[in-house]
Amino acid sequence: MKKMKARRLLSALTAAVLAVTSLTSCGSGEAAEAGSNMLYVYNWGEYIDEETIELFEEETGITVVYDEFETNEVMFPKIDANPSQYDVICPSDYMIARMIGEDLLEPLDWDNMPNAKNNIGEEYLLQAEGFDPGNVYSCPYTWGTVGILYDSSRVDEPVTSWDILWDPKYKDEILMQDSVRDLYTVPLKMLGYSLNTLDEQELREATDLLIEQKPLVQAYVVDEVRDKMIGGESIFGVIYSGEAEYTREENENLEYVIPEEGTNVWIDGWVVTKASRHKENAMKWIDFMCRPDIALMNFEYIYYSTPNVAAMELMDEELLENEVLFPDLSQYDNLEAFDYLGEEGDALYFEYWKEVKSS
Amino acid sequence: MNKNSKATLFLGLPYYLWAAFFIVIPLFMVVWYGLTDKTGAFTLANVLSIMRPAHMKALILSIVLSLGATVVCLLLAYPLCMFLVESQKKADSFLVMLLIVPMWMNFLLRTYAWQSILEKTGILNAFLNAIGLPSQHLINTPGGIILGMVYDFLPFMILPIYNALEKIDVNVVNAAHDLGANGTQTFTRVIFPLSLPGVISGITMVFVPALTTFVISSLLGGGKILLIGNVIEQEFTLAYDWHLGSGLSLVLLIFIILNIVVSTAFDRAEV
Repeated sequence: MKKMKARRLLSALTAAVLAVTSLTSCGSGEAAEAGSNMLYVYNWGEYIDEETIELFEEETGITVVYDEFETNEVMFPKIDANPSQYDVICPSDYMIARMIGEDLLEPLDWDNMPNAKNNIGEEYLLQAEGFDPGNVYSCPYTWGTVGILYDSSRVDEPVTSWDILWDPKYKDEILMQDSVRDLYTVPLKMLGYSLNTLDEQELREATDLLIEQKPLVQAYVVDEVRDKMIGGESIFGVIYSGEAEYTREENENLEYVIPEEGTNVWIDGWVVTKASRHKENAMKWIDFMCRPDIALMNFEYIYYSTPNVAAMELMDEELLENEVLFPDLSQYDNLEAFDYLGEEGDALYFEYWKEVKSS
Repeated sequence: MNKNSKATLFLGLPYYLWAAFFIVIPLFMVVWYGLTDKTGAFTLANVLSIMRPAHMKALILSIVLSLGATVVCLLLAYPLCMFLVESQKKADSFLVMLLIVPMWMNFLLRTYAWQSILEKTGILNAFLNAIGLPSQHLINTPGGIILGMVYDFLPFMILPIYNALEKIDVNVVNAAHDLGANGTQTFTRVIFPLSLPGVISGITMVFVPALTTFVISSLLGGGKILLIGNVIEQEFTLAYDWHLGSGLSLVLLIFIILNIVVSTAFDRAEV
């Protein structure tokens, strides 16, 4: 509980600082000399053990400027507008595909990254080929699913389907994701459609479902799902599997489930921007993140499933058997990764999403 | 005389530069983006997109909520300012100070604080339950947003009204009494009309930021309440459609200019 308060205060402070720095941030990237020993890292919020950043700085003498984003959709326009602002970024699969398509990424120098080359499991690299054919541009950092986190002390029935999030008796006890693709995953899978659909009829149905659900929803949030669930603000929350394990440690009543209709399985990976002025440092960073001890530190801090098999070898048996962290995905035949939908596809989802939000 | 005006120009130079770079040029950019499409061709489509149901709903909701917040601010601020002006001079500067102190704190932090206060398991409900009262459900409702707006913008209503009331010469009030006006008449015929410029400026200073806010609705609305400010913000940050975002900003600009024109007209009429 105490930790939660501290975290929230911290995020409030960060937001306050961000509000100030964002005004100047466009300039700050330029301010550093191209030759200086810097590295600009852009990662998801609370997605690293910050001690590893310090270790990296100590070992390499590189000064790291570390910034965070909340969704892929917030990250992309910033990079698009100012491609050299960050050197190394950690987007999700479909966003990596988009960035490859828009020629924003630099091929990774695998030969000089022994840890990255040797420690990432084959099956994850294979999965990553779905969005990065040949594993040219990205190095998997975490992977997971999207599912329902619920407070088992306040739910008597079994939770197996997404449709429990439409049950009026849980009014005001449901937290949905506030990013468009993650939100639409739920109704699309419920209806048995692909979560990459561009069929307007299917999107119409999904939108209508979300509008129908809106009165029951307490809030649409992203990172706050975790703290709110720990604090008992809500009974149900749609959440990334990685957040689930952390919340379960803080609140033992919480359970995570992958609904039977299927869901999104995703990979987040490190990429280097083409316009980066510190490419060598960026490669060093990625390799450092793949070192088994560092990968383990990060895993134990953020609890997102790691594709790093060398780090997994350092873990306890018990952890590896944890089904939330390392689910056996072969038992599901309806898991799907996001594809990049193209600018028009994104715009289509966005228009429907606005309709949900303004309803 | 000539020398004098040169000196004035020199003194004004920093302001002119500031205004050019940070007001005129950005405004011009908004107009340019708002009236062009992605190919750079002139179009009214961005501005007219306000007619789309989602945008129109957001605009109407913004107007309703910001009007509500303005009315609440006025109802709270006016009696408070009367009290401040009437009260002892010494205590009074301390009280005004108390009103200003919160403004020194970052506005985002204060809004985040309201999140913790209002949420279901938050501070306010813990307190209400402890004294045997039922929980409130203000968070993620329009009411919660109005509360946030009132809290954040109340000082902007208080200060101009307080200044206007304080400037009223006591002798004018005394004269009204001497000429036989009772308390109500003194207020409606003398004090209120004299304070009107402060009221008008307070209304503008609350209504305009409330109409355009997106932070308060994001933090206290739980993503469920889409104000026109949120639509514009998302067009810029998520959809990356600067043209549509600017077009909608122009629509908002019309409302703001309208508000300012009306208030200046009132101002002129009164003075």
